[in-house]
Amino acid sequence: MNALKQVAAVSLMNLRSVPQRWSTSLVIVVGIAGVVGVLTAILAMGEGFRATLGAAGKEDQAIVLRSGATSELTSGLGRESVDLIARSAGVARGGDGQPIASAEILVIADLPKRGTGTLANAPIRGVQPGAFELRPEVEIVAGRNFEPGPRELIVGRGAASQFEGVEVGARLAFRDADWTVVGIFSAGGGAHESELWGDAETVMSAYRRGGFQSVTVQLEDAAAFEAFQAALADDPRLNVEAQTLRAYYAAQSRQMSMLINVLGYAIGYIMAIGALFGALNTMYAAVSTRAREIATLRALGFGGGAIVASVLLEALLLAVIGGVLGGSLAWLLFNGYTVSTLGANFSQVAFDFRVTGELLLQGIAWALVIGFLGGLLPAWRAARQPVTTALRAL
Amino acid sequence: MKYFHLVWAGLFRKKVRTVLTLLSVVVAFLLFGLLQSVNEAFSAGAEQARADRLITNSRYSIIEMLPISYLPQIESVPGVKEVSFASWFGGSYQDRPVQFAVFPVEPERYLSTAPEIELPPAQLERWRETRDGAVVGRSLAERNGWEIGERVTLVADIWPQRGGNNDWNFEIVGIFSSPESEQNEGAFLFQWEYFDEARQFGRGTVGWFIIQVEDPDLAENVAQTVDALFANSTNETKTQTEKAFAQGFARQFGDVGLIVTSILGAVFFTILVLTGNTMAQAVRERIPELAILKTLGFSDRAVLGLVVAEALALILLGGLVGLALAAGALGALSAALAGFGVQGISTSVVLTGVVLMIALGLIVGLPPAVRAMRLKVVDALGGHQ
Repeated sequence: MNALKQVAAVSLMNLRSVPQRWSTSLVIVVGIAGVVGVLTAILAMGEGFRATLGAAGKEDQAIVLRSGATSELTSGLGRESVDLIARSAGVARGGDGQPIASAEILVIADLPKRGTGTLANAPIRGVQPGAFELRPEVEIVAGRNFEPGPRELIVGRGAASQFEGVEVGARLAFRDADWTVVGIFSAGGGAHESELWGDAETVMSAYRRGGFQSVTVQLEDAAAFEAFQAALADDPRLNVEAQTLRAYYAAQSRQMSMLINVLGYAIGYIMAIGALFGALNTMYAAVSTRAREIATLRALGFGGGAIVASVLLEALLLAVIGGVLGGSLAWLLFNGYTVSTLGANFSQVAFDFRVTGELLLQGIAWALVIGFLGGLLPAWRAARQPVTTALRAL
Repeated sequence: MKYFHLVWAGLFRKKVRTVLTLLSVVVAFLLFGLLQSVNEAFSAGAEQARADRLITNSRYSIIEMLPISYLPQIESVPGVKEVSFASWFGGSYQDRPVQFAVFPVEPERYLSTAPEIELPPAQLERWRETRDGAVVGRSLAERNGWEIGERVTLVADIWPQRGGNNDWNFEIVGIFSSPESEQNEGAFLFQWEYFDEARQFGRGTVGWFIIQVEDPDLAENVAQTVDALFANSTNETKTQTEKAFAQGFARQFGDVGLIVTSILGAVFFTILVLTGNTMAQAVRERIPELAILKTLGFSDRAVLGLVVAEALALILLGGLVGLALAAGALGALSAALAGFGVQGISTSVVLTGVVLMIALGLIVGLPPAVRAMRLKVVDALGGHQ
């Protein structure tokens, strides 16, 4: 009990003197805020990328590509294969008794990016009516759905914000004709929001393609995947591979997520080491300017433990302030900030930075570790200095 | 320089503090070296691209193919010196997507538009005679331990062979070098004839044409003439300089430069606060000493110089160690980073680093130095400062 009282007394005294030493204390706060801010921002980018691709990945749906193809863009399927796939075992049937499936074609158009005006790859997906049954999260938020026949497109929210002049009623010129944008859709934040959708047959005839690239099917349930896969493998007329949508999107995002995580943590660790030196420096300075004060306290009977605890407490408090500051800055500057990059289908994927509560807590944890390590050695030193030498110092 | 020992002594007056400050400067420049090298690698494609070389691809998007029959028509455009073509092959090697460029090309034609690539004549001869022959860049060969005569299998993702087989077998018949840039040495080139005959679909098409113009000034003209030739055809084209092409492509990855600059900004701001604080403290503690120097006859300007020199020495020392560490780290990671085109630290990164060190040193050193310069000896010795 007595020890606790001592700690409280010394800590309060320390903290009261922090404003007098604000410039040195600021070093800890700024240093840690920098580390936490950068780390949080980079990881928020990875979080957003994963969330975007993850939202499209379902366990009870499967995508079928030509054997060997790693993405829709590198795949190709003939019309006969498409029918065989849709009618395979394991595929769920809708109210009309027809299998729930959508054979799709994914092509790319060069559209100018907003802001810079440079041409970037916009993904255009030709879909069959089943696509909307497969993706109930797709919702028209402005305008109406496209109709088969005329060159009409609906545009995902992400694509509409990334590319210039994409709005309801706009005409986009690509592949020998104008296409009219008739609607904007949302897709639960998923990757489809980066795409432009039209009718599969219309897109195919415009791009003079004779086949599709993928077939997405609704399975009876997640367990039916194996039967579905086996049925495809057993059919000698087919040369295709199926994977669940979850597995497919996980694979598509793996490399990018890994890059962001490796980058984030590598930079975070290196910066943390730098901030650690800053914290050590500051706490050493704080201890050395108060050497006589500390010695006096010890002479009065305060224990070494109380001194150590109070110095540590000061370091931790400054670290938490830095951590909160850095996290808040990252949140203010980056939360919801939309960027886009080249995805696995060689086309732009738009995603938002997501500064989650978990990331903010993680940032505070980093701050505490740096503060603790940075305060420990100076605290130790302060407590161990012989009282007489310290009193005589200066 | 005759005061070097004074600067040095001042610097290490408080060893722990100086070493800790030094270490944070080391960390800052370690990060600078690493990030700037990555940044440079991303923009390297555009910087090495030539102004006298044009790329013609489909107007609709870079994934659309063009008919090979365009070749003679492009060749006949005035101002065109050489024309070659290539396609994107992609695929995977040893269960991983290829981390290098794989292009089916026509050997002599391709080399004529790529003078930066050096292939021994005997190997070119051998390549021309070998249907499934491939030549690879030196750094790529070293990375995979490939030697001439070795057989390599790439698994197609876009281009299956007729009959649906995805395995493409090649014999490595040559290793080329590219003294100008090691980045060019990461390519895998094989015979277009073999590719075109064996592939399942798309026969008679190529990904893009490469045009070497006689004179860079003609580039704009040639580009317009070529595009006019195929306007309103089923395969309209878009011709641009290799540089514009590479820049447009790099931009699609998102703004790497912006992210790197933001991170470095945060790092350097932190270092500025940190070292600025250390320098201010160091000067504050040494006021009586500085006053004595002045009493001994050191001019105000000499005292200013001493303090600035101290700050510069601190940052240069830490910064150079940091850059050296970055160079070491990049060297150790070179195999893993080669896929991203990172090839170690370049002179320009080092030079930018040194300029930054000097700037930081001045920003951090000048305020306390001015304060030291303005010290009144009497006040300082009397302890009133």
